[in-house]
Amino acid sequence: MAELNSKTPKGPLSSKWTQYKDHQNLVNPSNKRKLDIIIVGTGLAGSAAAASLGEMGFNVKIFCYQDSPRRAHSIAAQGGINAAKNYPNDGDSIYRLFYDTIKGGDYRAREANVYRLAEVSNNIIDQCVAQGVPFAREYGGSLENRSFGGAQVSRTFFARGQTGQQLLLGSYGALSRQIKLGTVKLYDRHEMMDVVIVDGKARGIIARDLITGKLERHFGHAVVVATGGYGNVFYLSTNAMGSNTSAIWQIFKKGAYFANPCFTQIHPTCIPVHGDYQSKLTLMSESLRNDGRIWVPKKKADAEAHRNGKLKANDIPEDDRDYFLERRYPAFGNLVPRDVASRAAKERCDAGFGVGPTGLAVFLDFRESIGRLGKHVIEERYGNLFQMYEKIVDENPYVNPMMIYPAVHYTMGGTWVDYELQTTVTGLFAAGEANFSDHGANRLGASALMQGLADGYFVLPYTIQNYLAGEIRVARMSTDKAEFADAEKAVQTRLDKLMSIKGTRSVDHFHKELGKIMWENVGMGRTEAGLKKAIDLIRKLRAEFWKDVKIPGTLYEVNTELEKANRVADFLELGELLAFDALNRNESCGGHFREEYQTDEGECKRNDEDYKYVAAWEYKGEGDFILHKEPLVYEEIEVKQRVYK
Amino acid sequence: MKLTLKIWRQKDAKSAGKFVTYALDNISPNCSFLEMLDILNEQLIEKNDDPVVFDHDCREGICGMCSLYINGRPHGPDDAVTACQLHMRKFHDGDTIVIEPWRARPFPVIRDLMVDRSAFDKIIQEGGYVSVNTGGAAEANNILVGKENSELAMDAAACIGCGACVAACKNGSAMLFVSAKVSQFALLPQGQVEAKQRVKKMVRMMDELGFGNCTNTYACEAECPKLISRSNIARMNREFLCAKVS
Repeated sequence: MAELNSKTPKGPLSSKWTQYKDHQNLVNPSNKRKLDIIIVGTGLAGSAAAASLGEMGFNVKIFCYQDSPRRAHSIAAQGGINAAKNYPNDGDSIYRLFYDTIKGGDYRAREANVYRLAEVSNNIIDQCVAQGVPFAREYGGSLENRSFGGAQVSRTFFARGQTGQQLLLGSYGALSRQIKLGTVKLYDRHEMMDVVIVDGKARGIIARDLITGKLERHFGHAVVVATGGYGNVFYLSTNAMGSNTSAIWQIFKKGAYFANPCFTQIHPTCIPVHGDYQSKLTLMSESLRNDGRIWVPKKKADAEAHRNGKLKANDIPEDDRDYFLERRYPAFGNLVPRDVASRAAKERCDAGFGVGPTGLAVFLDFRESIGRLGKHVIEERYGNLFQMYEKIVDENPYVNPMMIYPAVHYTMGGTWVDYELQTTVTGLFAAGEANFSDHGANRLGASALMQGLADGYFVLPYTIQNYLAGEIRVARMSTDKAEFADAEKAVQTRLDKLMSIKGTRSVDHFHKELGKIMWENVGMGRTEAGLKKAIDLIRKLRAEFWKDVKIPGTLYEVNTELEKANRVADFLELGELLAFDALNRNESCGGHFREEYQTDEGECKRNDEDYKYVAAWEYKGEGDFILHKEPLVYEEIEVKQRVYK
Repeated sequence: MKLTLKIWRQKDAKSAGKFVTYALDNISPNCSFLEMLDILNEQLIEKNDDPVVFDHDCREGICGMCSLYINGRPHGPDDAVTACQLHMRKFHDGDTIVIEPWRARPFPVIRDLMVDRSAFDKIIQEGGYVSVNTGGAAEANNILVGKENSELAMDAAACIGCGACVAACKNGSAMLFVSAKVSQFALLPQGQVEAKQRVKKMVRMMDELGFGNCTNTYACEAECPKLISRSNIARMNREFLCAKVS
């Protein structure tokens, strides 16, 4: 097992990034024009990087599978974006944001990356305001903040319940401006199928035009993958239908290590599952926990009566309600981090106190805050979320408490990257949720937007330049090169194979089966036996998929079933790695909860002696993975047990 | 629920399209409209038919990708929702539902219910942004924005770019979409520097791409899933006029 080098700069933590920028290599303007950069994904990280690199003078090609860059799933982020501005004068600082993020991640993130993230957080807010992002304002015209989980300060900036949308439209605007100026070329309705490696360096991609079905070869001096997370391996998640792991899985197969795949985030406040036909789960923003109180009945009989439709939530008297987060975690109350809140909800439901028709739900109640602040204030803060809830569930949450349950939401794991966001393949970079770098074993609310934009606006434009400074003598390559032809041929073979199976079961059938295996065995509570069972079941399901999947139509047309099949084929491999990693990590930390490793109070029991490392997996063949370790060294922070009591 | 679906089927942009009727049974009223189409597609695949192609992604009403014209209304019979947030409880057992793609010259059909809306991207590329490079932005609180204008800007910025306004308009006009972006920046201090150029360029591109004119019917506002107000159109007209005469 080789140790990985994170290339973290030397020197005190607070000056590492400045040091790096002061001494990195630069590319002069006339050379920038000669250098091509491929970016896959148009979410916050991808669009921000494309816009910034285009502004600097590089030639950028950007790809998305949707019909427009503005559709990327960053758009669905609701609650907000963190920054260490300390506008409310409540004692926030760069150090405190850094500290909260490391602690929130249960001491499994790289110190230097997280510090840099906190450091540039304030620049992000400045940048977005300059772009005209309509953040919420105080009456005096200054920016307003609210609180999110895992912090005792108010550092979250927001645009109603549509913060992700507004930030993405900001970076989409910046990207559109570069497209108009000709520095960035957009390829919409294109999906990356593979990366092309020439002499050990990433030099391009094979993409499929989703309208014509044709494969295309694209050259780049460097390639950036910013394709988001892999939550859809669980089938039901809060991800978009098209969100997939294919780009990061293909680069994994070409040598880019995959780090901490078992660190997945289950978000506590989602609308519960209601039927077999269900295609996705809807998140109710964490911001609701500012004013909503989470509870279940104290008496099992009341919970049962509610499940049977014989008792309404509002008829359960105050004394018979168990506000279990406030009870267990008085210091943070309803604003504990997501992993803690999710497990606490599961614990209550497993113990028989769950409500709603399935018993897999808890209440999120606004009665107290509506009484204290008035309905209009709650409406102003969360109006669109309340409306969304009512449309889906057909109940008025101003009158009856919401019912919520945890659901798969985000993946902290992802492609392993060093301090420069470069993967283990030279010239190949990963940004945003696609990489593993900043959130450790659990991400705090409002930190995903911060990381996506930090990577895109403020990190990659520097670090890619440092790499490209050494590539200025490399002329644009012809895509007739053997490496491109071979990569295309491999993709073609795989697609031909998928089309030739002509089995009996639809792609969704396999995806749903995989989801069930993952949720039951690799979800909120994991055990050695369950994980071994999952690996076995996934292998069988994968074999069945390649024998029996049914894809109608042909290769050379719009074929949405083929698109799905190609993605599910990758999920069927990733699922195994995820379980493999969870089995390897004999401890509980953050979103990874191994039932064998818990304290008497049911909290995570970390094992710092044996597992204070990043697990970076190398692909050797189907189901054959080799572990590499990056030890986590904490110079600034004392590693402690995470306490929110 | 038992349903009869009449769905527009069209192999590709060049082929002629037609309505095809499908019968569907056992649909839960709690099912979303797109989940109902998923069930239909599973049945079509079972029968070796091509599934119905439609655009969709986030399924939570924010990405703007879904674009179905249902029973003569963009996004269907419910107000203030996208098709993905429409639930079958809004229909009745035994209903016949007609599903078409957006119909507008600048939105050519790609296949079945999927259309090409890249015209919207082209309009944004003309000036739907503040021209500011990354880095060097001033401290955020140096730009103060009154709460009222900030709220109005946010109302306009809530547009998801789905194109329902164009599909609803008898003239195929994109005025609501364009005016929402123009308004967002007209209401904010950050947008003032380029205000005149922005509105002129965006309107010119809108016209070039073949979108129709506004004749004040306000079907766009009535059908907008995000309740974008027609007052944005008035604001854009004022901006446009001022830009032209000054």
